[in-house]
Amino acid sequence: MMMKSHAISVLVNDQPGVLQRVAGLFGRRGFNIESITVGQSEEAGLSRMIIVTKGDDKTLEQIEKQLYKLIDVIKVVNLSSRPMVARELALIKVKAEPAERPEIMGVVETFRAAVVDIGTHSMIVQVVGDTEKIDAMIELLRPYGIRELSRTGVTAMIRGNA
Amino acid sequence: MSAQIPEMRSTEQLREKWMKPEVISGSEILLRSLLLEGVECVFGYPGGAVLYIYDALYGFKDFHHLLTRHEQGAIHAADGYARATGKVGVCIATSGPGATNTVTGIATAFMDSVPLVVITGNVVSSLIGTDAFQEADITGITMPITKHSYLVRRVEDLPRIIHEAFHIANTGRKGPVLIDIPKDVSANKTLFEPVQTINLRGYNPTVVPNRLQLDKLAAAIQEAERPVIIAGGGVVYSGGHEQLFEFVNKTQIPITTTLLGLGAFPSGHELWMGMPGMHGTYTANQSIQQSDLLINIGARFDDRVTGKLDGFAPHAKVAHIDIDPAEIGKNVHADIPIVGDVKTVLEMLNPLVSRADKADAWRAQVQRLKLEKPLKYKDSDTELKPQWVIEMLNETTSGEAIITTDVGQHQMWTAQYYKFNQPRSWITSGGLGTMGFGFPAAIGAQMGHPDRLVISINGDGGMQMCAQELAICAINNIPVKVVVINNQVLGMVRQWQEIIYDNRYSHINLEGSPDFVKLAEAYGVKGLRATNKEEARRVWQEALDTPGPVLVEFVVSKEENVYPMVTQGSTIDQMLMGDDE
Repeated sequence: MMMKSHAISVLVNDQPGVLQRVAGLFGRRGFNIESITVGQSEEAGLSRMIIVTKGDDKTLEQIEKQLYKLIDVIKVVNLSSRPMVARELALIKVKAEPAERPEIMGVVETFRAAVVDIGTHSMIVQVVGDTEKIDAMIELLRPYGIRELSRTGVTAMIRGNA
Repeated sequence: MSAQIPEMRSTEQLREKWMKPEVISGSEILLRSLLLEGVECVFGYPGGAVLYIYDALYGFKDFHHLLTRHEQGAIHAADGYARATGKVGVCIATSGPGATNTVTGIATAFMDSVPLVVITGNVVSSLIGTDAFQEADITGITMPITKHSYLVRRVEDLPRIIHEAFHIANTGRKGPVLIDIPKDVSANKTLFEPVQTINLRGYNPTVVPNRLQLDKLAAAIQEAERPVIIAGGGVVYSGGHEQLFEFVNKTQIPITTTLLGLGAFPSGHELWMGMPGMHGTYTANQSIQQSDLLINIGARFDDRVTGKLDGFAPHAKVAHIDIDPAEIGKNVHADIPIVGDVKTVLEMLNPLVSRADKADAWRAQVQRLKLEKPLKYKDSDTELKPQWVIEMLNETTSGEAIITTDVGQHQMWTAQYYKFNQPRSWITSGGLGTMGFGFPAAIGAQMGHPDRLVISINGDGGMQMCAQELAICAINNIPVKVVVINNQVLGMVRQWQEIIYDNRYSHINLEGSPDFVKLAEAYGVKGLRATNKEEARRVWQEALDTPGPVLVEFVVSKEENVYPMVTQGSTIDQMLMGDDE
């Protein structure tokens, strides 16, 4: 069976310990977590987690069923089974001597990214996009020297009215 | 004879008293809420963080509190009570070590889907997270082994949380729920108003199955030439044993009951094949392997049942009935998945099914295998054989006692040789395999059934893991008959070391164990010993004739093994048959 990356949306009660329950479940059952994001949802009292995980169909089925066994889990949707929008944000602190800045700015503009801070020897680039775009941005900036990298992990949503 | 269980006092008058809105402390709210949930009996052990709760229990008469000698005894007793009665078992422990002492018992209940509400104290809210005296993050520690857990932050939440905890514990796939109550929450006062509604959006167990799948199963039964039923603990827990009986009688399909399913179907029935799996019968295992339709009713295809998964029931179409959707397809692919409560499923299924007409040759083969390959052991005139002891217990009690066991060889021999006829009469730690479980579980079972004969069968190893609870049998005159099958070794480990580790007997010798008769007497419990058949019959009769608790030690041969045996990594038709070979 194919090991594929899947983005799973998990709607949960906004209760202390819920993240621990979900993360603990993945840990002890040997499910993999590539990234996890948590924040408020459209409804007060509920949070939405977007978990990116890798596994074959059988594993995905178990993940979904095991998540539903948690009392605080309201709804689980495998977003990757349908057309979706997936976005991630990265902040990249790149070494930038004044002479190199224009070149870097060129890369940033091409990617429709933004420079959000400039220091004497570095600048912070903010890039938003799908995982592939961010990976590409990082590769292009690597030759200048990346001092610090921080990525949010993927958040995602099904397209259209669904 | 009777354990000292107070008469049920849930009269309307008392109910009115408990339900009256009043400003009371968290501790009083706890007790009243437990009463409103129908609790008759609580097992516990006091300590610093539950002092307010125990203060509220001072002079309290509306339910019974049994003081064990170890929190592990308390939680296993609550577990035994729950398994014997079908009600929720309740256990109270203090913070820190009190709470962590319940962990093994919580895991035991979790693995076997037993409904418990475990109440632990915690340090006062302001000290949580400071490594305060006797502080332990018990909700964190038990997260993987509870169905759900609560850390109560405000006394106002307590009535709702207790009501939810009982609901969660005893519905769907049952299991333990932990409620951690900081000391200030049990002290604080608020207006108590009973909660009678449940509002849990994320919790809606599927009870009623999909009708299409039932039709598929009914059709598959008509086509099957070699059908087999595996029935498990789910039959017992759903109360579906009568529906199962009807299902088997209508379809005439041979049935095997798993370790936790023993008692779900009468063992005297001609279609019953015994237990499957590692120490299952030849007939059950061979039939599963040859079957073309395997109907799993409330069992979870545990590795002790399936043996090597790749090669399990290779020719079978599998129908799997379970209330927990996650069990379906987890270990064995299900061709006909049926999510629902076993009793409800069978009630709906029975009108749809009829006799499996193509299976006549199969039924004849099952009968032949049962005759040709029964369970057997080599008896002796010079020494006591443990299997003989279990057969004697079975005969003298007509298979009607409530039996609890510990874990190991004696557990398997009891499963093989005690012939159960009714559900909730067989209490054993199946999933976790917890030594020290059997004896305190028997105390709980007796509290739930004061008028039934309760026998706790133990090995000499496990008996020493919770022996301290002899005290509460003596003090409360709880008439459990405690059997110790003493072979002076850790027998199941010895068996594996003999068969799989080339007779390298490593740390299995239990020399230095106490004189069990004297140990019982030290607690004020009558102790008896037998070393041969004549003594065995005589002292066992004496034990049965004694109104209170009795410990009976049967000194048995050391080298006896449990057969049949399927070694790990083999398919279940590759069985070691022992002396038979």
